[in-house]
Amino acid sequence: MERILEQFPIVVNALNIGFVQTLKLFASTLIGAIPFGLIIALGSMSSFKPLSYLTRMIVWIVRGTPLMIQLLIIYYGPGLMLENHIWGVGESGRFLAATVAFVFNYACYFSEIYRGGIQSVPVGQEEAGLVLGMKKSQIFFRVKLLQMVKRVIPPMSNEIITLVKDTSLARIIALQEIIYAGQTFMKGSQGIAGAMWPLFFTGVYYLIFNGIVTVLLGRLEKKLDYFQ
Amino acid sequence: MAILEVKNIHKSFGRTEVLKDVSFSLEKGDVISIIGSSGSGKTTLLRCLNFLERPDKGIIRVNDETIFDAEDKKTQLESQIRMKRLHFGLVFQSFNLFPQYTALQNVMLAKELLAKEQPDYKARKKEIHNEIKEQAIMLLKQMGLENRMNNYPHQLSGGQCQRVAIARALALEPDILCFDEPTSALDPELTGEVLKVIKELADKKTTMIIVTHEMAFAKEVSDQVVFMDGGIVLEQGSPSEVFDNPKEERTKQFLKGYHNTIQP
Repeated sequence: MERILEQFPIVVNALNIGFVQTLKLFASTLIGAIPFGLIIALGSMSSFKPLSYLTRMIVWIVRGTPLMIQLLIIYYGPGLMLENHIWGVGESGRFLAATVAFVFNYACYFSEIYRGGIQSVPVGQEEAGLVLGMKKSQIFFRVKLLQMVKRVIPPMSNEIITLVKDTSLARIIALQEIIYAGQTFMKGSQGIAGAMWPLFFTGVYYLIFNGIVTVLLGRLEKKLDYFQ
Repeated sequence: MAILEVKNIHKSFGRTEVLKDVSFSLEKGDVISIIGSSGSGKTTLLRCLNFLERPDKGIIRVNDETIFDAEDKKTQLESQIRMKRLHFGLVFQSFNLFPQYTALQNVMLAKELLAKEQPDYKARKKEIHNEIKEQAIMLLKQMGLENRMNNYPHQLSGGQCQRVAIARALALEPDILCFDEPTSALDPELTGEVLKVIKELADKKTTMIIVTHEMAFAKEVSDQVVFMDGGIVLEQGSPSEVFDNPKEERTKQFLKGYHNTIQP
């Protein structure tokens, strides 16, 4: 116990640095996947059949295979297959590759949630807009979008909480996020070796952060309670 | 001169022929009621007028202008349909108010979006907004909703919702206002308040087409009654002709069904 107290400041400092990387990956994934998911959703609902089939096939592949494999393929694939390591070297290259993999993966999940949300808005809303001389785009942005947002927040909250934890998968391409930071103390780092507890302790970070995320999303849900 | 002429409209969904050669005309300021059993094509006819469905055959003329001719592709350009729709207003059975907007916003939204397309919009923004708002408030007052303007649809009764929907349709000043069974989702008490509002519009010479199952109301408010059956106009005439002296056996049978349910 005494030893843990001694190690604590060093470990927390290292975990904080790792957690910043975790947060960066989390934030860039959301920023990319939230709009990109909408594009995929619109593609999969397109009346142009080849586009909708192609989009649905991509969604099927991405949702049907482990994110960990997608990370490996996206990071190592270009170097191995094209002999062109497009991501660049070092931590920034790994971060870029991880972001691309996460955005793509999460956009596919979000797209299915959006599709459900869009399709759950009653047809009468569109018809009312049309009869009032509104353009299709105006009907989408001024009438349907907010109703859709209201409907997708609960399932999106679920995915976002999963994303917080999924960021740890980036460990597989050696991105130095919090799990990676915790593990270094097992192998030995900064005079600490064979310590298992830092890895366990990372759980506290996830737990607290997910608590904050849950509260924020709950508030957002409440904000849209003013209509039904 | 007729404000609306509908000639030989045909419409099929797959193999089901819903409208088989429907024609009628409507004078400015008149009210026409369309009655008939469910599935007779009444709603489809209204949807054709509002371009929510495309007739397979036939011509629709408004104010002597051909706005739709199944034979003439030039009258079916997607780009012009949006503006042509504005000849008609449509009030739905299920109201279809926008739930995230207040009653007032529901009435104003479409008009504000249309105003943005005017060339002088930027310069007169504030003024235009105020005009639209004033008009919307006036319409809601006319509907007896002055105390409900800032309520959201879920805070209103069905009858109030339908009156907001009527105000919303009137805001665009359509030539012809269409009602698709406006009271079928309402209980008798709420039905009364909506019918009263429609009656007031009729008294003000609003040109209207009303699809309804309220026979007493149709008889009272209409200048003309159309009885539809199996996708055709079976009988047409003044309310007293159709209700009191129907010529067709099918019409008699249909009206008898109503008398039986209303006076058991």
